[in-house]
Amino acid sequence: MSALDELRQLRHGGAQVRKRDNKAAFWFLAPWFAGLLFITVGPVLASFGLGFTKYNLIQPPKFIGFDNFARIFSDERLHNALGVTFTYVLVSVPLQLACALGVALLLDRGLRGLAFYRSAFYLPSLLGSSVAIAVLWTQVFGAEGLLNRVLGFFGIEGKGWISDPDTALSTLIVLNVWTFGSPMIIFLAGLRQIPAVYYEAAAIDGASKWSQFWRITLPLLSPILFFNLVLQIIHAFQSFTQAFVVSGGTGGPSDSTMFYTLYLYQQGFSRFDMGYASALAWFLLLIIAAFTAINFWAAKYWVFYDD
Amino acid sequence: MTTDLRRRLSVPAKHLGLILIGFVMLYPVLWMIASSLRPGDEIFRSPGLILDSLQTENYVEGWNALTPSFGTYLVNSTILVLGCIIGNLVSCSMAAYAFARLNFSGKRWWFGIMLGTIMLPIHVIIVPQYVLFSQIGWVNTFLPLIVPKILATDAFFVFLMVQFIRGLPRELDEAARIDGCGHPRIFLQIVLPLMKPALATTTIFTFIWTWNDFFSQLIYLTDPDMYTVPVALRSFVDSTVATSWGSQFAMSVVSLLPIFLAFLIGQRYLVKGIATTGGK
Repeated sequence: MSALDELRQLRHGGAQVRKRDNKAAFWFLAPWFAGLLFITVGPVLASFGLGFTKYNLIQPPKFIGFDNFARIFSDERLHNALGVTFTYVLVSVPLQLACALGVALLLDRGLRGLAFYRSAFYLPSLLGSSVAIAVLWTQVFGAEGLLNRVLGFFGIEGKGWISDPDTALSTLIVLNVWTFGSPMIIFLAGLRQIPAVYYEAAAIDGASKWSQFWRITLPLLSPILFFNLVLQIIHAFQSFTQAFVVSGGTGGPSDSTMFYTLYLYQQGFSRFDMGYASALAWFLLLIIAAFTAINFWAAKYWVFYDD
Repeated sequence: MTTDLRRRLSVPAKHLGLILIGFVMLYPVLWMIASSLRPGDEIFRSPGLILDSLQTENYVEGWNALTPSFGTYLVNSTILVLGCIIGNLVSCSMAAYAFARLNFSGKRWWFGIMLGTIMLPIHVIIVPQYVLFSQIGWVNTFLPLIVPKILATDAFFVFLMVQFIRGLPRELDEAARIDGCGHPRIFLQIVLPLMKPALATTTIFTFIWTWNDFFSQLIYLTDPDMYTVPVALRSFVDSTVATSWGSQFAMSVVSLLPIFLAFLIGQRYLVKGIATTGGK
């Protein structure tokens, strides 16, 4: 057999492998393609279409042009919901990440019982999104709840934290901060990758712990901080269960816990105004995309990449 | 000498601080468990954890408060969770194998779309999805909740598994290919057995997230016979007077128990799963 034959066979074989790959890939990805079409990207496009209609699931959708999108700009309850959601996101996420980073710093450097502490702090992140914890929160921050019992012990007069529109949202912010365990674990993994020699060298040069934190830890951890920030902001925008359970599905008192998602749910699944709910869904997508884009843009100025 | 002394003092101080933070954080949950075992009228009076006696009446009362009883909801949630776990394991591992090991046209593009869908909130797609599923009569079945998992829409797990497969030595599947194995066999007999840790992480996260998920279950399950634990718990809370905390707490504890068990069993995989997909 000549070298040419072998080469031809090789080329032939190579081509065959590539071709077979395409076919194999199609079958391996078939469920995922179907999911893309029917469950994720398809519905995203469909909801854009539905946004131009009036539709209550019973009568066929009726085209109404830009009415639903125009309504977004005049709907005052929606504007209030946006305010509530922005407050929730912009207050709870930085607080949550600060707690996560603070505790991660305490836990770093081979502290004894690390695994135990890590688990204890992580547990609330698993429980936090459940209805059960929302029920607990309703009691703890209620007028006769646990918090007021404890405050009473110190002689402080409490109030109904959840029934007061001024403080209802704060109880939900506390709940989100309470779930700092999962970003904490990501911080811990990041901290472990910072070489100890950096700190040793800095200590020899006489740098204080404080300046070590600002000049070594924080810059080297900034990609992780960025990742957590992007993820937790997206996550916080989607909060629903807690506000729903605590307010009994109303977003009250006085719409003070009316998250965007809760308003969308009410429009879509209580009033069956599917057209407006679709427009709201698209608007939410734009808001989250805008926040993420701003994050990525701002990252250029503060996130430090080693490589 | 002084740094040594400072170090010796700072370590116990650190432990004290951490224990205090942990205690304050977990106190409400511990108190809920304690209160669920107290007679109803005592809950408001006792902010402590120590019990005088064990009362199980809250559990009996809560269990039978709705028709059907709470056992039905636990069974429903279990069926749903199992379906979602199987769906995720099969479909996500298949997709991950394709992305990690196969060469196909437009791969980078598809991979980008897959990553993009990780960030896609359910709220954006729920309305047309609901329209679709209600047209084909799937409302009040578990299908709208399980079928998306069978179709690999939990892209987070696809990504997790892609990362894992990329870390496996390629020599293994190349050797198998020379021996005449096709992709299905390489996938089933070589890659899949090696990716057990990633499968375990997927199982445990799917379990916890599905068990806790409220939004989509609230929307698709409106018939009490089909209620899952979170939907039933919420309906129970809404239907009772606010003072019957005892039975509400009891059923809350029941609903959290599986999560807690999953956490105890799967801690290692949970921590690893978060650290690998989050870290690098």
